Amino acid sequence: MNSQAMSANNPSELPVVSDRLARNALRNVSERLIEALLLSAAAVSVLTTVGIVYVLVSESIHFFQQVSIVDFLTDTQWTPLFDDAHFGIMVLVSGTVVSSVVALAVAVPMGTIIAIYLSEFANSRVREIAKPILELLGGIPTIVFGYFALLVVTPILQVIFPELPGFSLLSAGLVMGIMIVPYIASLSEDAMRAVPMSLREGAYAMGSTRLYTALHVVVPAAFSGLAASYILAISRAVGETMILAVAAGMQPNLTWNPMEPAATITSYIVQVALGDLPHGSIGYLTIFAAGLTLLLITLVFNILGQWLRAKFRENY
Amino acid sequence: MQIHDNPALKAEARNLNFYYGEAKALKGINMPIYDKKVTALIGPSGCGKSTYLRSFNRMHDLYPGNRYEGEIRFFPDNTNLLSPEVDPIEVRMRVGMVFQKPNPFPKSIFENVAYGLRVRGENNKRVLDDKVESALRGAAIWEEVKDRLNELASNLSGGQQQRLCIARALATDPELLLFDEPTSALDPIATAAIEELVHELKKRVTILIVTHNMQQAARVSDYTAYMFLGEMIEFGKTDEIFIKPKDKRTEDYITGRMG
Repeated sequence: MNSQAMSANNPSELPVVSDRLARNALRNVSERLIEALLLSAAAVSVLTTVGIVYVLVSESIHFFQQVSIVDFLTDTQWTPLFDDAHFGIMVLVSGTVVSSVVALAVAVPMGTIIAIYLSEFANSRVREIAKPILELLGGIPTIVFGYFALLVVTPILQVIFPELPGFSLLSAGLVMGIMIVPYIASLSEDAMRAVPMSLREGAYAMGSTRLYTALHVVVPAAFSGLAASYILAISRAVGETMILAVAAGMQPNLTWNPMEPAATITSYIVQVALGDLPHGSIGYLTIFAAGLTLLLITLVFNILGQWLRAKFRENY
Repeated sequence: MQIHDNPALKAEARNLNFYYGEAKALKGINMPIYDKKVTALIGPSGCGKSTYLRSFNRMHDLYPGNRYEGEIRFFPDNTNLLSPEVDPIEVRMRVGMVFQKPNPFPKSIFENVAYGLRVRGENNKRVLDDKVESALRGAAIWEEVKDRLNELASNLSGGQQQRLCIARALATDPELLLFDEPTSALDPIATAAIEELVHELKKRVTILIVTHNMQQAARVSDYTAYMFLGEMIEFGKTDEIFIKPKDKRTEDYITGRMG
């Protein structure tokens, strides 16, 4: 209103105003340009995802034209390259599930305990030193973890369990758990530190000890963040490849016993992808069917994670 | 209101100094807290009244670099609450606190009130039921929540949450109850409910309340202390402080010429 009144009072300034309008027009163009640039950057990642899903689904359709879904889900053998070919994905799923369960059995308690220590007990100096070192652990290439499992952890485990074979889900799972610990610890610690101090003060004012406060007030308040970190850990474990390819053996084996060697979905894909299967053959198509299965498993956990987050979100 | 001339002492600050690192926040405070009375702490922002209040349950121990000097004697056993030999957890078992912003725990209404009892090792269901009910009644919120004890406390309104926090503090039968501006986040109706409650509660517990609201201090307290820049300027019966303050600074603050 003010500028209107002013321009009406000073006709001599009108050209200046139109200049400014011209600049505005130019600015609008550049704004649009930037918006388009940002949108295309975002589109690249979305389109990549769409592309991956498209390839997986379309190739899997070819696969399921030759193998029935019922067989795929119920067969107890996975021998796609044999003359007597069987396509029971549960064989690979069992390896994935067992190794992931072993990994989570290590990573969830250890990661949570570390997070509680760093967030509620450690003084700031310890935290400033310990957290970067911990995160460094997450930066070690998984192939290194794989050889660590095969050459260090397996021999140690064989001292305790002499009957343990050279490749086992147990050894690979344990090391995978160690690999995942930093993810859980770091994310859980962030979630617990986000719990407002007023809540802790309330708990201390009631006469609670540090441990009681941590377990009965801070952990429940941070639960959505903790759950999110566990879900991320599951996705990491299910999708982990190199450690299992190196240390768990690669023979398909329907087993729920961690003391045995077994292939997982991921290590099977590596094995087959490295071979020279003819494009379009049934063996080639199994990669996509296995990949789609993997994608669906992680999708379920991501959705579960979103749901847990929404359900347990705390409004402070 | 009739105030006896020599009420029993519940606590007494003796030459209390407090430091946040190097900064001296409380300077030589001497002040009695009378048993089963409401004592209000007033003064401008940053005068140290919250710092003083939080000394009574050793809240400053939670942060590094804080230091007390002097004593807060607690009666009838004449314990020095600030003594390094006294466990702060023991202190907090006897001194309850209600905070500025309601801070219910992420638990059910029942578990919020039962919290202090569980901390003290009480797990008997009947005892918990009894004490939770009587604490909720004591905090004048029983009628509103008795049918929804298992709901999350965060579903309550702000005023209800604050009364729940009072119930939580009451459940463990504290000897002294600290209120740190308990109504500053509440609307006038919820504020009136809390003030009435404070009035009711002093029959059973000694109360120390920090408030920014002078009318509130005048309404709810028996004694008032005016603090300024970390010093106790004046302490006396509320009527006297508000009607004929002895110190010019108190008068300026109360009449709104400062702060």
